Amino acid sequence: MNIKWSLLVIFFVIVTVLTGCDPLMVLDPKGPQAQTQANVIWISIAIMSVITIVVCAFLVFVLVKYRDSKLPKDYEPPYIEGNHLVESIIVGVPILIVIFFSVVTIISNNKVEATPEKYKGQDPLVIYASTSDWKWHFSYPENGIETVNYLYIPTKRPLEFKLYSFGPITAFWVPQLGGQKYAMADMVTTLHLAADEEGEMMGRNANFSGKGFAQNMFHVEAMSQAEFDDWVKEVKDTAEPITEAKFNELLKPGYTGQLTFTGTHLGFSPAPEHHHGSKDSNEDVNDEYMEHDHESSNESAHNYE
Amino acid sequence: MGYFAKFAVPHPSPAIYASMIAIGVTVFLVIFGLTYFKKWIYLWSEWITTVDHKKIGTMYLISALLMLFRGGVDALMMRTQTAVPDNKLLDSQHYNEVFSAHGVIMIIFMAMPYIMAFMNIVVPLQIGARDVAFPRLNAISFWLFFMGAMLFNISFVIGGSPDAGWSSYFPLADNEFSPSVGTNYYMIAIQIAGIGTLMTGINFITTILRMRAPGMTLMRMPMFTWSAFVTSIIIIFAFPVLTIALLMGTMDRLFETKFFATTDGGMDMLWANLFWVWGHPEVYILILPAFGIFSEIIPTFSRRNIYGYKSMVISMVVISLYSFFVWTHHFFTMGQTAYVNSIFSITTMVIAIPTGIKIFNWLFTMWKGRIRFTVPMLYSIAFIPLFTIGGVTGVMLAMSAADYQYHNTMFLVAHFHNVIIPGVAFAVLAGSTYYWPKIFGFMLNERIGKWAFWFQTIGFSLAFFPMYITGLDGQARRMYTYSEATGYGPLNFVSFIGAAFMAISFVLIVYTIYYSIRHAPRHVGGDPWDARSLEWATHNPVPEYNFAIIPQVDSREPFWDAKYKGHELFKGDYKKIHMPNNSGVPFIMSAIFFVFGFALVFSMWILAVISLIGIFVCMAHRSFEIDHGHYISVEEIKETEVKMGGNHK
Repeated sequence: MNIKWSLLVIFFVIVTVLTGCDPLMVLDPKGPQAQTQANVIWISIAIMSVITIVVCAFLVFVLVKYRDSKLPKDYEPPYIEGNHLVESIIVGVPILIVIFFSVVTIISNNKVEATPEKYKGQDPLVIYASTSDWKWHFSYPENGIETVNYLYIPTKRPLEFKLYSFGPITAFWVPQLGGQKYAMADMVTTLHLAADEEGEMMGRNANFSGKGFAQNMFHVEAMSQAEFDDWVKEVKDTAEPITEAKFNELLKPGYTGQLTFTGTHLGFSPAPEHHHGSKDSNEDVNDEYMEHDHESSNESAHNYE
Repeated sequence: MGYFAKFAVPHPSPAIYASMIAIGVTVFLVIFGLTYFKKWIYLWSEWITTVDHKKIGTMYLISALLMLFRGGVDALMMRTQTAVPDNKLLDSQHYNEVFSAHGVIMIIFMAMPYIMAFMNIVVPLQIGARDVAFPRLNAISFWLFFMGAMLFNISFVIGGSPDAGWSSYFPLADNEFSPSVGTNYYMIAIQIAGIGTLMTGINFITTILRMRAPGMTLMRMPMFTWSAFVTSIIIIFAFPVLTIALLMGTMDRLFETKFFATTDGGMDMLWANLFWVWGHPEVYILILPAFGIFSEIIPTFSRRNIYGYKSMVISMVVISLYSFFVWTHHFFTMGQTAYVNSIFSITTMVIAIPTGIKIFNWLFTMWKGRIRFTVPMLYSIAFIPLFTIGGVTGVMLAMSAADYQYHNTMFLVAHFHNVIIPGVAFAVLAGSTYYWPKIFGFMLNERIGKWAFWFQTIGFSLAFFPMYITGLDGQARRMYTYSEATGYGPLNFVSFIGAAFMAISFVLIVYTIYYSIRHAPRHVGGDPWDARSLEWATHNPVPEYNFAIIPQVDSREPFWDAKYKGHELFKGDYKKIHMPNNSGVPFIMSAIFFVFGFALVFSMWILAVISLIGIFVCMAHRSFEIDHGHYISVEEIKETEVKMGGNHK
């Protein structure tokens, strides 16, 4: 009797997990990458529920049928050896499932690690996202602006985030756009995202980084390219330029609200690209960054007017 | 006063002051009690200096239980803090210290010694041996673990706890971002305990390979012994990595080296790699013996031999191999290529296959059996569906594209508690109840035990299943608070209620022990459960020499066959038995290790050098010591056997 109750509780909980009340952030994607991930999650939930239900059903059957109190007094369990047919089923079925999941994984990995297919051919908007204790700095080299703790993005255009950190390892995560990736002090990681529809979203640092971790969030707003361009223009007209002194002030541990600047910190405090820890690589970084990203992005910026 | 400032706790709170007083009072009471009841000599000669594997196992068991409560209180504090949005009970610093301590204590100072306890108590008995291969090394292993645990625990009241998480990722754990001595404690306390564990691994491999009773071939070994054997092999491959990683981390913190710095050629990713090359096999070090325990309990209470013995053994060996090929899944999000992530996704998922085989083998063992719902069996039954859920969510996490969304979220927290609690915690609770009569000679009360079981299982489900949902809703792990607008409040409150249920369960477990000490009948005989393997062929509690006559093994379940098929286990006459002598050196050396560790934490170099010399003196003492052990005479054996109420002859 008790077993049944516990299983009922478990089933109830699983059902709750599967349905949820409101759409859960991760399962309510607003971009192609998050969509891919949500699909993978749903496929795995479906197949895994079947496995769980089979195991539970068999367990309940065995417990009900072979419990001591229900069996005749003289019942003596037989000695068992393995059975080849049974064993090949319990090995074979999981192997098939793992093969299926492997294929799904390889396909989805390549999808989420590349520019979203829908928007291929477009030049991505490159945004440098870096953290300091406990803030987010977003640099838009293409537009020559920088924000702190909020992120405005155009919809229907691939976004290429360049992630790094001025302190502990952090993780850039906007659940509705796609999964997270680490930002580290000694290298730059790249995350390809895109937003399909306009709207406000939550973004945060997902990797524990000390005292201010819980507040290490940022506000994300996806808007049409036209609105985005208006915003950039407005920033350029109204915001203060970022200076090295001001930026170094921001790097110190502490909290701030949302800030907006013209210019980016990449000029005087470049991202650790091709760094690999060598001592004199700082200058190389500067050069390479100027060549690859900044200027090429600047050229392409006009294509979307 | 300046000198003493460094021992002050950097972030004191009323809870810490209360703990300081509690620790002071406890120490005073223990000293007073030992003096008043004149138990100092008993404690020294029977326990502290012992080399008897059963007593060492018992000490592991008691330490693990104490640490379970310490880690459990941490867990309760965390769930209380997050029960409602914007809670002000703990500040962020305190919360960070609490979850870091919770992780380290539960994995290294609770689960590990609990597993060691069962290995120590059960393995020599299951293989019909008189002790482990190196009894004195075994004592050193225990005392090093114990001193490591104590060193870690005093961080809480002297100098400050570690606050960089149980995985202590650099550069967060480096001096710049974690300036208090907390992380020094982490590095050094785990190091000391880890050295002990490594020696246990060596000890048990030797014991199992060299000391099996005549007739017990490898393929006749009981499942728990097999699991202990495989685990020991994982230990000797995995723990040296931890030793080196911790050593490098210690150097970074104490001597400003730059192994894991982000400048001057250091690599923060290197720490994550080394930590998880140890850390993921570590998970299997915990879970395989747990599987072993379930594989003893399920056949016993199903009155059937284990289904698919060979596939059980093979799957365990395969799991142990694979455990070394999966560590990268802990940082799929660190910027590897899709190619690398795919490979580690697949190696991780493959582990589900041998694990699935084991689940089905347990189910088939129960099938056509005669199932008795005792407390150990209840835990084993609940383990199956709960662990299956934990396992399948593990496969979900292994798919790296999706892992980008689960990583560092409450979904992950739910998953690993979903494997470790029903897997390891249920196993050790079941094992404690099952082996209790073997250790102490009386049974634990079943009625209270069942209440504890129900609170535990329901509490577990309430505490951790909601986390899958909040994780998918974007709640990151290790957040000390969240705003009401996030909507995480209600589900976190459910988790809190679950945690409270689990706390009640632990109180009930203590009450069972208390109640049974007072009321349970003694002299339950050697085989109260009608069990199947050799450890039940001797008395309860087990005499010093384990078996008066070394058993002869002719089958896979020698004791069962002796009971019901007329095999003869004990042939021949009593002979005098050679046993090792007790020694105080393991304890003394480990105590000096404690001082050495403490000196390193606070960079007190003179004390460190003196204690290091002390450690070498203890080693040198052993090299020159002449100790041939002692013999137990035939008369003494006869006397003990008669007193124990049984006579094999």
